[in-house]
Amino acid sequence: MAIRVFLTLLLFLSSAILSFSLYEDQAGLTDWHQRYIGKVKHAVFHTQKTGRKRVIVSTEENVVASLDLRHGEIFWRHVLGTKDAIDGVGIALGKYVITLSSEGSTLRAWNLPDGQMVWETSLHSAQHSKSLLSVPINLKVDKDYPIIVFGGGYLHAVSAIDGEVLWKKDFTAEGFEVQRVLQPPGSSIIYVLGFINFSEAVVYQIDSKSGEVVAEKSMMFPGGFSGEISSVSSDKVVVLDSTRSILVTIGFIDGDISFQKTPISDLVEDSGKAEILSALLSNMLAVKVNKRTLFVKVGGEGKLEVVDSLSDETAMSDSLPVADDQEAFASVHHEGSKIHLMVKLVNELDNVLLRETIQMDQHRGRVHKVFMNNYIRTDRSNGFRALIVMEDHSLLLLQQGAIVWSREEGLASVTDVTTAELPLGKDGVSVAKVEHTLFEWLKGHVLKLKGSLLLASPEDVVAIQELRVKSSGKNKLTRDHNGFRKLILALTRPGKLFALHTGDGRIVWSMLLKSPSNSQACERPNGISLYQWQVPHHHAMDENPSVLVVGKCGSDSSAPGVLSFVDVYTGKEISSSDIGHSVVQVMPLPFTDSTEQRLHLIADTVGHVHLYPKTSEALSIFQREFQNVYWYTVEADDGIIRGHVMKGSCSSETADEYCFTTRELWTVVFPSESEKIISTLTRKPNEVVHTQAKVNSDQDLLYKYVSRNLLFVATVSPKGAGEIGSVTPEESSLVVYLIDTITGRILHRLSHQGCQGPVHAVFSENWVVYHYFNLRAHKYEVTVVEIYDQSRAENKNVWKLILGKHNLTAPITSYSRPEVFTKSQSYFFAQSVKTIAVTSTAKGITSKQLLIGTIGDQILALDKRFVDPRRTLNPSQAEKEEGIIPLTDTLPIIPQAYITHSHKVEGLRGIVTAPSKLESTTHVFAYGVDLFYTRLAPSKTYDSLTDDFSYALLLITIVALVAAIYITWVLSEKKELSEKWR
Amino acid sequence: MDKGKAVMGTGRRWAVEFSDQSTVPSSRDILDPPGFSRASQEQDDSANSRQKKDAEATWKLQKAWEVAQSPFKNLMMMGFMMWMAGNTVHLFSIGITFSALWQPISALQSVGKIFEPFKDNKVELLMPKLVFLALNLGGLALGVWKLNTLGLLPTHASDWVSSLPPPQEVEHSGGGFVFH
Repeated sequence: MAIRVFLTLLLFLSSAILSFSLYEDQAGLTDWHQRYIGKVKHAVFHTQKTGRKRVIVSTEENVVASLDLRHGEIFWRHVLGTKDAIDGVGIALGKYVITLSSEGSTLRAWNLPDGQMVWETSLHSAQHSKSLLSVPINLKVDKDYPIIVFGGGYLHAVSAIDGEVLWKKDFTAEGFEVQRVLQPPGSSIIYVLGFINFSEAVVYQIDSKSGEVVAEKSMMFPGGFSGEISSVSSDKVVVLDSTRSILVTIGFIDGDISFQKTPISDLVEDSGKAEILSALLSNMLAVKVNKRTLFVKVGGEGKLEVVDSLSDETAMSDSLPVADDQEAFASVHHEGSKIHLMVKLVNELDNVLLRETIQMDQHRGRVHKVFMNNYIRTDRSNGFRALIVMEDHSLLLLQQGAIVWSREEGLASVTDVTTAELPLGKDGVSVAKVEHTLFEWLKGHVLKLKGSLLLASPEDVVAIQELRVKSSGKNKLTRDHNGFRKLILALTRPGKLFALHTGDGRIVWSMLLKSPSNSQACERPNGISLYQWQVPHHHAMDENPSVLVVGKCGSDSSAPGVLSFVDVYTGKEISSSDIGHSVVQVMPLPFTDSTEQRLHLIADTVGHVHLYPKTSEALSIFQREFQNVYWYTVEADDGIIRGHVMKGSCSSETADEYCFTTRELWTVVFPSESEKIISTLTRKPNEVVHTQAKVNSDQDLLYKYVSRNLLFVATVSPKGAGEIGSVTPEESSLVVYLIDTITGRILHRLSHQGCQGPVHAVFSENWVVYHYFNLRAHKYEVTVVEIYDQSRAENKNVWKLILGKHNLTAPITSYSRPEVFTKSQSYFFAQSVKTIAVTSTAKGITSKQLLIGTIGDQILALDKRFVDPRRTLNPSQAEKEEGIIPLTDTLPIIPQAYITHSHKVEGLRGIVTAPSKLESTTHVFAYGVDLFYTRLAPSKTYDSLTDDFSYALLLITIVALVAAIYITWVLSEKKELSEKWR
Repeated sequence: MDKGKAVMGTGRRWAVEFSDQSTVPSSRDILDPPGFSRASQEQDDSANSRQKKDAEATWKLQKAWEVAQSPFKNLMMMGFMMWMAGNTVHLFSIGITFSALWQPISALQSVGKIFEPFKDNKVELLMPKLVFLALNLGGLALGVWKLNTLGLLPTHASDWVSSLPPPQEVEHSGGGFVFH
């Protein structure tokens, strides 16, 4: 009865609130938003004497941004689409940032101070080719030199002022690929050097005004070139031949081509495959041979001569003109935990202008890129600053021997996320602290009271806001009663693990994955996924929780895997192991050993399955459940889903007793001519479901089919696998399946004619909600499918249930042939979707909300009640009371329901939810280029008082009431006495 | 009910003593007025007291019946209030329902006390008590019925199944796309 009352009250509460929203002054109290740009590819400094010093960067996340050189803050930032990769960036006319993107087919100009787009030009592109952007460096602003762009087989000259294409030249027929464009200053002739099929060098002299070819020279090179090229002066380039053993100097003075070959073996004894470091140095060349960096001076007649070599792995910057026709460049190399930054003159390598040694965090890895900039100090000498990109993608500015600022850009490429608890706080607080907090507490509440009684002055309002942000120690590093403080563990693409605090999003610790064996083959494993390894709660309370990071050495699927166990509290690696087999899939099992370590199975490419942890206890637990462990693989390219069962130990092949062989049990083959798998999904394994029954308004019972072994598969016809709108409705259809992964039985199949992917789906409890495009209606649609169990439906006798004579809690098996029926309904949805997630709470009682990551990089919270197949056009009174919303053809988008409110999570890729200890509340973390975190209460915080609750008002009310009671008592006593005396 | 209780429960406030004790000759200092015959009055006394006792018994029985029937009025009022409260769960309807349950229960508990003033070996109190009980049980039934219409009684299968967690699964599976 109590539950019934509770549920009814809950329903009553939840039906009273239709949407989640917050007040303006609540923004930023529980949520935080961090802006990133990603790993920097190009950087262009803009350090004029006047105005703010800035650096323009383009990144691998397709971001072009302007950063403040003093603090590293983002002045402005534009995130281009995922397919709009930036090929080049430059500054034209001193006021425009020029970016070339999409393989040289889109040229854009952005206003330098504020980042407004000035113009955009689509360039004609016929084929895939390397693209090249050449922005003239002209000091005279009045003269308009064109921007030369090569891409897609065409050479374009574009006016920097308005983006107008001045002329274009078609090179598609010859297969000519431009390698270098040289624009000698003060001349209207430009030199375009390129290769035809990497065997013939061609130099065109083109009039930059008209685009006419003034002269053309070509010369065959019998050996063929590799693609690497370095231009050393205005009339010379050095390339590598196709065998990578000969350096070829190509001179093209006045349009004449000359080759000069220099074998690498002439330069150094230990020859090998050479690599040109693509640095722009004048009359100098950097070649990497056998992990040594050689500096090769290019003489007047193309003579090559080694002048210096560095044994360490070195990153170099382009050369930069310093005073008196001198050029300098920066190089950075490691030595232990330090890095050495050196700035040298190109012509005199012995003349080191700057030598700085900086202590560097081990967890940043090696230096990947260096960008150098100079400035004139007050004593008129040259000062240098260097922007370096580290292996973990972080960006640092070095100046005067110190790190001026750093940005953790690895967080722009989060691949996997999990959450972890913080350590328990220590009991016992000192008296002084209590007194202090008591005073603060009272002061704060008086302020709040003022605010709620509308008596607060503007200063008070500011103070209240500050107090709220600081309040309740939300940034402490200990566990709290409500479970609001947690750690978000984020694994990034460069293999760095970050722990972020939910209170303010700061980095608590970070750790770069290391190779356990330090072998040459695997210098740095890349992280794949993250699992909860040990979550102590009942026994083993004194152990720290830990996570498992699964990594891989190399990019192909047969590369050996690396496991790393990381302590969550300290961020230290407990152990790591080179497991000696490949990692195809990782499967956390629902069993833990006596120290609460979760058992994991890792499948390799040969079809063997390996058990972790490798302890005898784990083995005995696994042996007990051996018959009941299955795994399946989805081969999307072939359209096959295979189910496997454990067969036996593979001790016959190897001596490893933790290795098991598998046997194929079932296959589901989709016809390749009509169906192509585009999406699969299962329930989250750690999701908690409160009840197995769904109660209708007329007390009718439906039993949910709640199974973890259910796979949602969406297929489209192969023609419709492309872009939306590329096929006619007749040609495309979308089919979704619900497949039992134990038996391979297809439980449900639903076909949508004239529909197309991409399919974004979410699977929770007994329902799937998926989003796709309807070609006939030209609209996006959302469909909900709820799965119910028919075989349990006869359990309706109350007396049997009261006496416990039912089989509803008995363990079930997939082999008992489940009879399921489904209910589904479709709605239009006005927005394109990037990802969908669902809220999750500790006990699963609170009603759910769908979290829809929209194309605008915002997150929309939509009540599950809107996607309920029981919605009808005219719900009865009882159904209305239950909270069923009248059916509409379109799902509503309520502006207040955007949980990201004014923020955008640029480049949104995923949303992760985790329960807090308070049943009403859930943590939401969204990642993309940006990070966003907030706490949500889908049915409002029914189990706690809100932060705005005025305890002072309550206290004052109670005191006033007590006083009133006392006064009236005294008065009544007096009156009675006087009555008696009368 | 309340009225009867108030009258009978608190006892008498005043009484007229008809049998005068001052007839004892030694204490008599004032002579009887002329023409007053004391003997005739004393003769009447026994008949008078019997008559008086009968009247009291019938009066007690009448009062007992009144008390026994008093819950009926209550019942009617409760019914009306329940009808007013409606069938949705909110503060008013819950308050009414619980008072409708509480009143009969408390009345049933104190049924002996209520009929105590009417106790008399000449008065047959069984029937009034039974009526009183029946009416209160009726009130209780009304309350329970109201509770049920509010949906607060676990009479449906859903009330028993909702608290059951989903069953454990025997088999476990995992997998999905191959890591690239």
